[in-house]
Amino acid sequence: MNWVGRSLRRFEDPALLRGEGRFTADTTSGALVVRFLRSPIANGRIVSLRPPAEMPPGAVFVSATEMAGTATIKPMLHRFAYRAVEQPVLPGDRVHFVGQAIAAIAAATAELAEDLVEAIEVEYEVEPAVVGLDAALLPDAAPVHGAAPGNVAVEGVLRSPDCETVFAAAPHVVELAILSRRQNATPMEARAGCAQYDRATGRIRLTASVQMPHMLRTGIAELLGMAESDLQVVAPDVGGGFGQKMALFPEYAVLVWLARRHRGAFAWIEDRNENLIASAHSRDQRHVLRGAFDADGTLLGLEAEILANVGAFSAYPTTCGVEPLMAFAEYPGPYKVQAYSARARGVLTHTCPMAPYRGVSRPVITFGLERLMDQAAKAIGIDPVAIRRRNLVDSFPYQTATGLTLDDASYVETLDDAVALLDIPAFRARQAAARTEGRFIGLGLAVFNERTGYGTPAFAARGMGIVPGYEVVDIAMTPGGEIELRIGASPHGQGLRTTLAQIVADRLGVSPDVIRVIHGDTDRTPYGWGSFASRATVISGGACRTAADKLAVRLRAAAATVLQAKAEEITLRDGQAVAASGSSVALAALAKQVHQRSDLFDDFNLAETAAYDPGGTFSNACHAAIVEVDAETGLVRIERYLVVEDAGRIINPLIADGQVRGGVAQGIANALFEEIVYAEDGNILTGTLADYTPPTCAEIPTIEIHHRETISPATLTGAKGLGEGGSIGAPAAIANAISDALAPFGIEITEIPATPPRIRALIRAAEAAR
Amino acid sequence: MDPVGAAPLLCTPFRTSSVGPSMKPAAFDYHAPATLDQALDLLRNHGEEARILAGGQSLVPTMAFRMARPSVLVDINRISALAYTKAEGNSLRIGALARHAWFETPVAAGPVGALLAQVAHSIAHAPIRQRGTFCGSLAHADPASEWCATVLALGGTLLLAGPDGRREIAAADWFQGVFTTAIEPGEMLAEVRLPLLDPGWRCGFAEFSRRAGDFALTMAVVAIRIEDGGMREVRIALGGIGGRPELASRAAALLIGQPPSAAIAREAAACAAADCDPQDDIHAPADYRRDLVRSMVRRALTQAFAA
Repeated sequence: MNWVGRSLRRFEDPALLRGEGRFTADTTSGALVVRFLRSPIANGRIVSLRPPAEMPPGAVFVSATEMAGTATIKPMLHRFAYRAVEQPVLPGDRVHFVGQAIAAIAAATAELAEDLVEAIEVEYEVEPAVVGLDAALLPDAAPVHGAAPGNVAVEGVLRSPDCETVFAAAPHVVELAILSRRQNATPMEARAGCAQYDRATGRIRLTASVQMPHMLRTGIAELLGMAESDLQVVAPDVGGGFGQKMALFPEYAVLVWLARRHRGAFAWIEDRNENLIASAHSRDQRHVLRGAFDADGTLLGLEAEILANVGAFSAYPTTCGVEPLMAFAEYPGPYKVQAYSARARGVLTHTCPMAPYRGVSRPVITFGLERLMDQAAKAIGIDPVAIRRRNLVDSFPYQTATGLTLDDASYVETLDDAVALLDIPAFRARQAAARTEGRFIGLGLAVFNERTGYGTPAFAARGMGIVPGYEVVDIAMTPGGEIELRIGASPHGQGLRTTLAQIVADRLGVSPDVIRVIHGDTDRTPYGWGSFASRATVISGGACRTAADKLAVRLRAAAATVLQAKAEEITLRDGQAVAASGSSVALAALAKQVHQRSDLFDDFNLAETAAYDPGGTFSNACHAAIVEVDAETGLVRIERYLVVEDAGRIINPLIADGQVRGGVAQGIANALFEEIVYAEDGNILTGTLADYTPPTCAEIPTIEIHHRETISPATLTGAKGLGEGGSIGAPAAIANAISDALAPFGIEITEIPATPPRIRALIRAAEAAR
Repeated sequence: MDPVGAAPLLCTPFRTSSVGPSMKPAAFDYHAPATLDQALDLLRNHGEEARILAGGQSLVPTMAFRMARPSVLVDINRISALAYTKAEGNSLRIGALARHAWFETPVAAGPVGALLAQVAHSIAHAPIRQRGTFCGSLAHADPASEWCATVLALGGTLLLAGPDGRREIAAADWFQGVFTTAIEPGEMLAEVRLPLLDPGWRCGFAEFSRRAGDFALTMAVVAIRIEDGGMREVRIALGGIGGRPELASRAAALLIGQPPSAAIAREAAACAAADCDPQDDIHAPADYRRDLVRSMVRRALTQAFAA
């Protein structure tokens, strides 16, 4: 029986659907409620800060003074002219963005904590804030941090020696400037933590809605100067992370400090306003892109100037280099181009810090590159499909200009599949007919690759002070015959309990429902990095596969003893160990014997450990959108959305499609809906879901998903990651479709979200220019 | 598949936690009177400190943000005598506890019932419509309220109960600015009356919002009486563009005497757009709102012409 490849329903879902998931807020019984005082100003000095004049008994106030001796959050990069910016857990003298936590109150009830936070006596001296990229890069701009004069915290520069000559000689040079506005990942569950002191052991258990529990433990222990083994971090059910929950946030360190100092339980459940203004933001990048093309549309050279507004601090452990350096390293995408020059800068401002968000820069670079392809096709006078087909990498492995190796993929094939499904000639006829009625429909394509499942080498190449990468899995068969997998990865909605069980079930010839995946608890799982960067199925899945194979060796050896056969002649299938003779023993019975009658066996151990640390692979996809733009109102309606995805071997199609669909929804949000807006003084204007506007199910169309399965030798299971691809392709496909729809006006979409007012402004300008 | 293989659960235990269902508003006293007179007494006794809680769909979130901090809440939901809509003669009476959802199917025959049903479906989301009240919207006077623009377009009348008895006020005199009305201290909006227009009237409604259920960036409500092929009476109300709903009087006047046509609709829409003075905010710059006024007025008129 093959379990891999089957749309098994997720083991996670019954509890969630019954409302019995266990989230952090479900674990806070008996805890004092913690609320934070947050800065109302973007930049300035804290002149004075005092606890409320009247503190009821049992209530606790904490600020930098009480936490004296706590270290600062200071992630490192050893390359790319990185300036080490230090973030205090709670600031003593200065604030750097609106929403920054300054002090906290713990009280018996939430309303009392809210009241006491209002009663904290604090005085600020407001100083001018540096909010946007332009302001931050002015020669006389005040530095956000003394450590980074000029406000550039990180800078990558690459100059391909032949770039200048290629551009000078090229028949066509196409240039565009693009802008991807700031977003918040908006997980359905906002941040949450509950730190509980255990009187018996003196240990602290921090239950928190996070993606990297082991990393959080290490980080907090370092900040507070405590023994790491005195801290247990548990990530229970986590209601979405999307990268936002990777970072070491000051709030969690405060909770652990409170629990240690006051020997009690302290819980903080973030509200939506806090999450929108003070968790972590994303995108906010501006690129200038130049492409040199031959007369036939061959891409000869590419130049990119990348600016990323990284906010006020540098997220731990990824650093503020994660966004600009991703764009820098991967801009050429799936296209054959060796002459590549780029400069990427991460720019500090008095705004909420950035964390990775699903896609990490690739939604922006795909937006840039795929807009470039469409504009180049128009300038050269060839078809948008033809220009892509001409330039896509079609023989593998392919070494990119930045030294990445593209493994087996289906760039051209996914494009061809999409083109066939779309019936473009019929669409063009419909488009022409619609235009005669004053209706504007358009079709847009986006071809891209998505680097996934990358281990230590990829992170080490960035020069990270903390290099994530490997994953470790402990596997054991219980005396009852069930299999327990303890994984360092930490899923937060991806369905790993199901997919990893499917991988292991095939290796051990058992049903997935005897396999328990144990995760999200630093006391119960081996050290690991977590779930992010489209990696867990590839890396943790690969480690599970190896661990299962190692366990299979032990099971066959034990069965050989029982069945009086040779171990190499025994197969594991249908929950049995079967000898060549046909005699068999149930694995459950075997496990019981091995554990309880070890006198009969050479070895009593049915446990193994395996690690996996691959170099990485590339998934790929072609997205296509057909949109209608209402020229009167600027409203964009998505008529059809198509994805042809290739993530190698699909472990569970149901889960894979869910990942693609959720990603596309967030990509549509990026393309059309979501934008964090700051006022010039650094105040944030989008602090509610009435002002920050994620799409609802009413705005997300049916998403049509097709798969190819190019099996790459780059991963143990043949699977490639696909967690982020949906969000990567959608902004480009939609922006291209809008531009195609509005071609009669000569409009090119270069700024997202392409909101109705922006589209109307473009139409108005085009009409005025006539 | 349940990996544990446990017996199926027969019921879901209700779970509570100390932090989850937190109270975020500032402290307040709460009263739930059973009669209108008791409510008026409470309003008189507590003066400006008191706020009426009806559907709570605007007030409660504002209190959660602590932007509103009434020290007394007078919950009128138990005053069942206020829960009605009644068609009487040529007017529709709408009591203070009539919920938005009640209007989703026509509460009266003729063009007004049909218009209210169309408008009701555009108000927020279904759960909000179950709780929010018609009169609550009028009292809250959000510039983007569908009911406010509708009552203005229809020339409705508001009935206020207060310490000195009752008084009536025309919709045109009610709206004074953002969340500001002609209500006096101690008063409560008890009823709204709408004229039940005869079948010679035709109505139209169009609004624009970025997402389903969002506050509209702009809306237009029109009511037109057509006789002998020409327009005899025209009312065009705009919402969402300034501090209060307003009538596009010049655009309406331009239509009088004209037969309905696409061209005249465009002309009137352009006139309404030129006359209005839209606000600027992060969702829509003024220029864009002007575009929307043109578009929504044209669409509402086109709808009315076709009705």
